[in-house]
Amino acid sequence: MSALLAIDRLTVRYDSRDVLRGLSLEVARGEIVALMGPSGVGKSTALRAVAALQPFDEGRIVVDGFALAPGPVPPESRLVPLRRRVGLVFQAHALFSHLCALDNVTLALRHVLGQSRSEAEEIAAKLLASLDVGTRAAAWPSQLSGGEAQRVAIARALAPNPPLLLMDEPTAALDPARRSALGTTLRRLSEQGRGLLIATHDTEFARGHADRLITLTA
Amino acid sequence: MIAARTFGVTGLALCLSTSLGAQSAIRRELVWGGDAEGGAPFVEADPANPSRVRGFDVEVAERIVRGLGRRAARFVQVQWSSIDQSVERGDFTLGLSGVEDTPVRRARHAVTIPYFEFREVLAVRPGDAARIHGLADLRGRRVATLGATIAYDLLVAARDSMGLIPLSYDDDVHPYADLIAGRVDAVLLDHIIAQRALRRGGGTGFVILAQPVALGHYVGVFARADSILRDSVDAVLREAMRDGSLEQIFRRWDVWDQSQSALFERAVRANAPAGTAAASHALAYLPSLARAAGVTALVSVLSMLLAVIAGLALASARVYGPGWLRVATTVYVEVIRGTPLLLQLFVIYYGLAGVVRLPAFLAAVLALGLNYAAYEAEIYRGALEAVPRAQLEAARTLGLSELQILRLVRGPQALRFALAPMTNDFVALLKDSALVSVITVVELTKQTAIYATNVGSWVVPGALCAAVYLAMSLPLARLARRLERRWRPAT
Repeated sequence: MSALLAIDRLTVRYDSRDVLRGLSLEVARGEIVALMGPSGVGKSTALRAVAALQPFDEGRIVVDGFALAPGPVPPESRLVPLRRRVGLVFQAHALFSHLCALDNVTLALRHVLGQSRSEAEEIAAKLLASLDVGTRAAAWPSQLSGGEAQRVAIARALAPNPPLLLMDEPTAALDPARRSALGTTLRRLSEQGRGLLIATHDTEFARGHADRLITLTA
Repeated sequence: MIAARTFGVTGLALCLSTSLGAQSAIRRELVWGGDAEGGAPFVEADPANPSRVRGFDVEVAERIVRGLGRRAARFVQVQWSSIDQSVERGDFTLGLSGVEDTPVRRARHAVTIPYFEFREVLAVRPGDAARIHGLADLRGRRVATLGATIAYDLLVAARDSMGLIPLSYDDDVHPYADLIAGRVDAVLLDHIIAQRALRRGGGTGFVILAQPVALGHYVGVFARADSILRDSVDAVLREAMRDGSLEQIFRRWDVWDQSQSALFERAVRANAPAGTAAASHALAYLPSLARAAGVTALVSVLSMLLAVIAGLALASARVYGPGWLRVATTVYVEVIRGTPLLLQLFVIYYGLAGVVRLPAFLAAVLALGLNYAAYEAEIYRGALEAVPRAQLEAARTLGLSELQILRLVRGPQALRFALAPMTNDFVALLKDSALVSVITVVELTKQTAIYATNVGSWVVPGALCAAVYLAMSLPLARLARRLERRWRPAT
């Protein structure tokens, strides 16, 4: 069986400086892969390239049969299959600050997948409950704690049910108890058949919860 | 050292003698004020030496100075409509520049005997001359004149009795330009001004009706406290009427006619006041102030609407458009913000008249709206850019299209950031709308100025006007503060 995500010799340059040079990795369904390395080594850049938020200069990225080539990021209209396959949880969560937690999660369900409001709200409520933030559905992003905001952000990324979930520094703002709870959550998501690629410099977390560690060096 | 000291003493002596000399010169000269912008034959800059003025009023002033035994007449430029206020303020002693004899002016200031009789005459386009013989033939038509004049009072009275539409201008050139352009149907002004306008246009473009609408007189105006000096000047004027020197002046400027000799005869016999318009009670101005406040509100609301729509288009072009469109909108924004609104008003109303003849109200809304659009565009651009980039990327990864992102994520947040500054801009626009009076739209400030000129004081009209502006702007300012507290951008 082919990998869910295959990155082949990915190179990204900023101003002719290599931020990433020849990164190759694979993530299979049901697998948690940690992308390790110190700050500035290109972990986030790799995630952003996979999510087609930034162009890359060499190599190839294939997500569940959908390939991205070097060069400028294609227009959104050509990226629809990729958007269905990849969810991204930002380090700072980037919740929509004018929408409550529930509406953050229903936005894509209603406006991308075309579900009715009641359908979307039902799915969103279940997702939030499964991530232990069901009671915070009506809260505004500014009212959420760091851990709560992260779980709402995970729920938002999972709402369209993408097989691949990317996470950027998920433990950055978490206390030890929350870190281990997050590990449990990620394991449950992988057991549902999702592939997870996690950029982190938290060695302990990666050793404890990832199936495979890939370390980038500067 | 010694040389420096010697120089110091000499310099001091020089200074003393010059300042003493200057003082005695001031004592012997008469400072008089007029409006050289009003032009010939009253007062105009001398084409041969633009630092000097000439005109029959200049020569009347010089004749007065001779008669008073003073050494020189010193001219001070003043805006025509401000002559009364300036003379009371002491900016000059005598106001003389086609100043009209009105009961209100007589009541407020010390006014000389009339020295010239003028006719209020109608000017119409040649094609209308057969049909229009007086104000009564102008029902429903637009009639222009200079603001704060007897002619304007005549038109306002005729609005109620004859149903014509009076339009007030700040100068006496544009009424005739607009008559020829077809923006107005007639102009009512002093025959001297009408004849001058006709000469300027080469004798074509309009005709002056022979039958005058009314008679009026030019007088000199002193501050109320200067009535003794005024009496001396009256004596000098009577003397000048008797000895023919005043007639010579008027003949030199080609404004002499038989009605002047009749006036002189009357004046020499007795000092008879010759008023025209009736003074009005302050309360009588309230309806017109209310109407003008309505015009201010309407101009402001319509302009803001245009500014918001055009501003949104400009901001979208600046944020989302291709390079050339971004450059074009940036140029628009900078040009509009970098030039005076007053200039833009003139360009749109007068400058474009050759291409498209916009009605004054529409031109006012267009100029204000397009001006404020530049400022709104900057607010919207800032607001759009204040929405965190990561949220836009998050929306992209969810599969929302650019348009959906604008509609569902970026737009709603930007609107919240923009609301408070927009409300502040609307308050500013409300006050800037006073500028549109220069293109004949009589709004609150203009109406107040007319009111103030008529009653001869700014105290009550100014306070009333300020109260109306505050009543409109304070609630808005309050709203802006509340919006700001509620929706400040997340940091």
